[in-house]
Amino acid sequence: MQRRHFLKNTIATGTVAMAAASGLLVPVQVLAWNKEAFDAKDVASAMKGAVGTDSAEVSDKIKIKAPDIAENGAVVPVTISSTLKDVTSITIISEKNGTPLIAKFNLHGAEAFVSTRIKMGKTSNIIAVCESGGKFYKTHKEVKVTIGGCGG
Amino acid sequence: MAKKSMKVRAKAKNGIVTVKALISHPMETGLRKDKKTGEILPALFIEEVSCEHNGKLVMQAEWGVAVSKNPYLSFKFAGASGDAVKLSWKDNTGKGDSLETKVK
Repeated sequence: MQRRHFLKNTIATGTVAMAAASGLLVPVQVLAWNKEAFDAKDVASAMKGAVGTDSAEVSDKIKIKAPDIAENGAVVPVTISSTLKDVTSITIISEKNGTPLIAKFNLHGAEAFVSTRIKMGKTSNIIAVCESGGKFYKTHKEVKVTIGGCGG
Repeated sequence: MAKKSMKVRAKAKNGIVTVKALISHPMETGLRKDKKTGEILPALFIEEVSCEHNGKLVMQAEWGVAVSKNPYLSFKFAGASGDAVKLSWKDNTGKGDSLETKVK
C-alpha cells in the first residue's frame, strides 16, 4: 500500500517529490541505501557522504582504465584496480555529473578490482577513491565525452 | 522479457575467481522525458548488488543512477573452481533477482 502510494507520488510530481518521499521511507527499508551521498550535487559532499571524508591522499597505486574519448556518454567502460593492500571499498565519482557519486563497492575480502560501465553527462574527470586500512586514497582520469559526434 | 534478468560467469585462474555479470535493467535516472508524451519517466535503477561466495558476502555495491543501462559488472576474489557464487540485485522499487552459479 505504502509503496503504491509512493510510486503514485513519484509519477505525479517528479523527482523532487520522490526525493522527499523516499527520504521518509528510509527507516522502513531493510537496506539503508546512501540517499544523501547519491543525491549530493558536488564532489566534496558526495565523497563525504560516501566515505565519510572529502580529503584523500593522491596515490599512484590506483589505476583507472577508461577511454580517453568516449563517443557515447551513456556507456563508458571503467575499470578500477589497485595494488594497495586490504582495500575495503572502491568509490567511483564523475566530477561533472549532476549527481557525481556513481557507485560504491564495499569489498569484503574481494580483490581490489572493479569493472563496470557508467554514464557521464559531459567531459569530466573520473575519480576513484580506495579505502585501505581506514585511510583513503584517490586518483583521477579525464574522459572526453562527445555526444552524438563522430569521435573527433 | 526474458526469464532471467541476469547472466553470470565465474572463472577461476591461479586461485583468483573473476566474476563477470550482465544484468538487464533500464537504469532510468528520473531525469529523462518520454519522447512521445513529454512526461518525465520515473527513476528506476539498481541500488544494491551483492555477491556471496560459498554463502559468505564478498562484495556489496551501492549504485546510483549513473551506472549504465543493462549494467555490466566484473570483480575478483580469492576462490577455486567449483565454488558457489551467488549474485543478487535490488532496485529502488524493491524488485530484485538473484542467480547462483558455480565457478568454472
